Amino acid sequence: MAKISIHEWFTRKKKAKAETEAVSARLDIPGNLWIKCYKCSATLFIKDLEANLKVCPKCNYHFKLSSAERIKLLCDEGTFKELNAEIRSTDFLGFSDSQPYQKRIEDSMLKSNLMEAVITGEGQVSSIPVALGVMDFSFMGGSMGSVVGEKITRIAEHGMEHKLPVIVVTASGGARMQEGIMSLMQMAKTSAALQRLREFGLPYIVILTDPTTGGTTASFAMLGDIHIAEPGALIGFAGPRVIEQTIRQKLPVGFQRSEFLESHGMVDVIVNRKDLKSTLTKILRFYKD
Amino acid sequence: MAEAKNGIKNLLEFEKPLVPIFKKIEELKAVSAHGMDMTEEIKMLQKRIETLRREIFQNLSPIQIVQLARHILRPTTLDYINMMVEDFVELRGDRNYGDDPALVGGVGRLNGKPVLVIGHQKGHTTKELLARNFGMANPEGYRKALRLMRVAQRANRPIISLVDTPGAYPGIGAEERGQSEAIAKNLREMAALTVPFVTVITGEGGSGGALGIGMGNRVLMLQYSIYSVISPEGCASILFRDATRAPEAATASKITAKDLLEFDVIDEIIKEPVGGAHNDPSASAQNIQVSVTKHIEELSKLSPRELIADRYRKYRKMGIFIES
Ligand SMILES: [Zn+2]
Repeated sequence: MAKISIHEWFTRKKKAKAETEAVSARLDIPGNLWIKCYKCSATLFIKDLEANLKVCPKCNYHFKLSSAERIKLLCDEGTFKELNAEIRSTDFLGFSDSQPYQKRIEDSMLKSNLMEAVITGEGQVSSIPVALGVMDFSFMGGSMGSVVGEKITRIAEHGMEHKLPVIVVTASGGARMQEGIMSLMQMAKTSAALQRLREFGLPYIVILTDPTTGGTTASFAMLGDIHIAEPGALIGFAGPRVIEQTIRQKLPVGFQRSEFLESHGMVDVIVNRKDLKSTLTKILRFYKD
Repeated sequence: MAEAKNGIKNLLEFEKPLVPIFKKIEELKAVSAHGMDMTEEIKMLQKRIETLRREIFQNLSPIQIVQLARHILRPTTLDYINMMVEDFVELRGDRNYGDDPALVGGVGRLNGKPVLVIGHQKGHTTKELLARNFGMANPEGYRKALRLMRVAQRANRPIISLVDTPGAYPGIGAEERGQSEAIAKNLREMAALTVPFVTVITGEGGSGGALGIGMGNRVLMLQYSIYSVISPEGCASILFRDATRAPEAATASKITAKDLLEFDVIDEIIKEPVGGAHNDPSASAQNIQVSVTKHIEELSKLSPRELIADRYRKYRKMGIFIES
């Protein structure tokens, strides 16, 4: 499975990296005012794109959000308090591919300005307190190692401790291979914690964003009481390329996209980014009062 | 399977030093067919094979263990069930979509006591492997497994899962029918089982497809089985950009029973006969039976609540990180 997802993760990671670099090259450098949409190639005024929550006004393509942008989108201003920020990954296998895992971690921290591939904490959505986890694809492709598994588990436990609904926003290429079997075990750990949350009678809401694949999908991303997805997000178990290689045929258009999952019964509702907070609020109000 | 025992045909590359001795035995057998008594000589050579085999197997590299774990003659789940479980009745279907031949299960008796057994099913020939999809289950396989685990739970009987899969199947239908959801749900529901649950990795423990039936209170591994988040070939081609570096990936990823025992991911290593499980399937089955029985007996002393708590403790502590 991870063979698949991770394989795909790397291809996508390369793409995403190019994408991020392209975005930052275009977005962050003063004087660069225009960007081309990755989907429809429309030339967009960057200020317009940002004012539109990084959604292409021409074709509705949803550009990736950073975890900080996502938190700003969902939480009431100034209400988010991060928890467990100081848990760090470590290279316990002494694993080295083109570079040592330890260096990869440090580089990712510098490049993404994040400590790990998920940020967790407590915040308020339309004045409703929630326990929230937000993954960030820019940190090693949002891959799940010990830290991601631990932080997701702890935010579920925090929800139980304070009787809060738990919300997780996913963006992940799957398990983090550099942590070997321990990355696989995070699937077991997070799922067991969510079983407890369920027994507690607390709601668990998943917001699936582009991309969510592999071990992440096959554990906490698919265990929500409610599954919300952004339009056009790639969501799957195996990556498309691996499936193509296995079955030796082209995949149908739209395969493994949000709309495909919705029509196959795996996603409750697809929500445009501009409506995400209001939809989430309605669902939270179903549970609260 | 039995006729291939000690055979020359299915020797792995690293067992090739045995070939000349096997050939010699064949020669002697041909001679004795003409009336000469070569019994003693043959016996001696067979002893030599044993000794040499023991030597070779004393120092296997991880990639050699991978080859053993995937050996075409390695006993499958149904082989073990036939050798260990009396009165076995196979139970099929997920009551929703269909039956998955890559994942089998049923009820029977182990040492006279009722048990439910589930496991991935491979095969010993290409035909068998194709019929079983090489042990790569679809969502309906995982859903059947969950249905059967709940059958055991309602009957208050222990569950044994035998893991032997390259991974869950990556196909169009699998995605359409929710492979991720099926596995995720199994993980969550296995955490809540109120009966003793023992998992044995018998061959290939391929990632989420393995874990999807593998969340036992105890996880045991056969000596020459593997358990990994990705195959060594996959790891090599992605991280090292070179599939031929699989041996290196096998070593670096720590996928052998010995490694995983050190990480506390598994609870026990079950010894295999010299030459691997396929060299003496019934001895291997015997070893599994003894070990599984011991663990089921221990777990049977726990209440349903304690069983859930025991499992939670085991998986809650998985993970290595730094916290300042
Ligand atoms: Zn566009």
